[in-house]
Amino acid sequence: MKFAVLVFPGSNCDIDCYKAVEDTVGQSVDYVFHTATDLSAYDAILVPGGFSYGDYLRCGAIAQFAPVMAEVHKAAEAGKFILGICNGFQILTESGLLPGALIRNNSLKFRCHQVELVVENTNTSFTNAYKQGDVIDIPIAHGEGNYFVDDETLAKLKANNQIVFRYAGDNPNGSVDNIAGVCNEAGNVVGMMPHPERAVKDILGSADGVKMFTSVLNAFLTQAKSGAASSARAN
Amino acid sequence: MKAKVYVTIKQNVLDPQGNAVQGALHTLGFNEVGKVRIGKYLELELDTNDRAQAEEKLKVMCEKLLANTVVEDYRFELEG
Repeated sequence: MKFAVLVFPGSNCDIDCYKAVEDTVGQSVDYVFHTATDLSAYDAILVPGGFSYGDYLRCGAIAQFAPVMAEVHKAAEAGKFILGICNGFQILTESGLLPGALIRNNSLKFRCHQVELVVENTNTSFTNAYKQGDVIDIPIAHGEGNYFVDDETLAKLKANNQIVFRYAGDNPNGSVDNIAGVCNEAGNVVGMMPHPERAVKDILGSADGVKMFTSVLNAFLTQAKSGAASSARAN
Repeated sequence: MKAKVYVTIKQNVLDPQGNAVQGALHTLGFNEVGKVRIGKYLELELDTNDRAQAEEKLKVMCEKLLANTVVEDYRFELEG
């Protein structure tokens, strides 16, 4: 399985993502620059945290038009696995791959600490190794992580089971319905404010993020197996 | 031609910056201040004299990039 970690001017969690893939599932991983125009070689695309383009105008607003994002749209449509973390989540909402928007934390503070998350949806490519209702310990580090959707969209998210994570205790940013992460309708594109790539070893404070990476490997292997089965049937 | 673009947070979306400034104004004794909303102001110089075309293009610029219409409203004025 091949992972791409996108790098925008201002990305600063790209190395963490790269190392997390190596340390958790040991698969091939490349940094892919924002100017790239071909992602066909990759099975999973990680959109890391940071401050793409300095967060000028709005978080993720400028990154959505980087050349590589056209390829991310294609990959999403093709059912490839895409995970946006923190600024990566903001980029995915700005580019319309995920619903909603991220606005300033209601406390106005940059919040940087461990939080507990409830795993609400285990049907996504990145959460199938968890059990529904698992409470996991993952760090956050953001000033604009207040997830907003209007009531109509929220009802749709609930009806389609698109809420992936909720904050278990204190809501650190005021996000609607305590939402910490969502997915698209197909479940192959996931976005979240907390940083699972910073929770892959006990020495980091938690290893609860490991299963996000094992999940996507599971999803890939399952997809490959069913692909092989259907091509065998076709033959 | 010059365009002035105003981007504001929708009325039903929380504006924590506005609330903080409102609190500070109250602390200074300006108790007559009700709600405060903070937005963005952009000045764009446009290389065109066609007003209708400029308006049409500004709308696209706002919808595509300058405002996030999930949480923000926008309006613009043209000068010249």
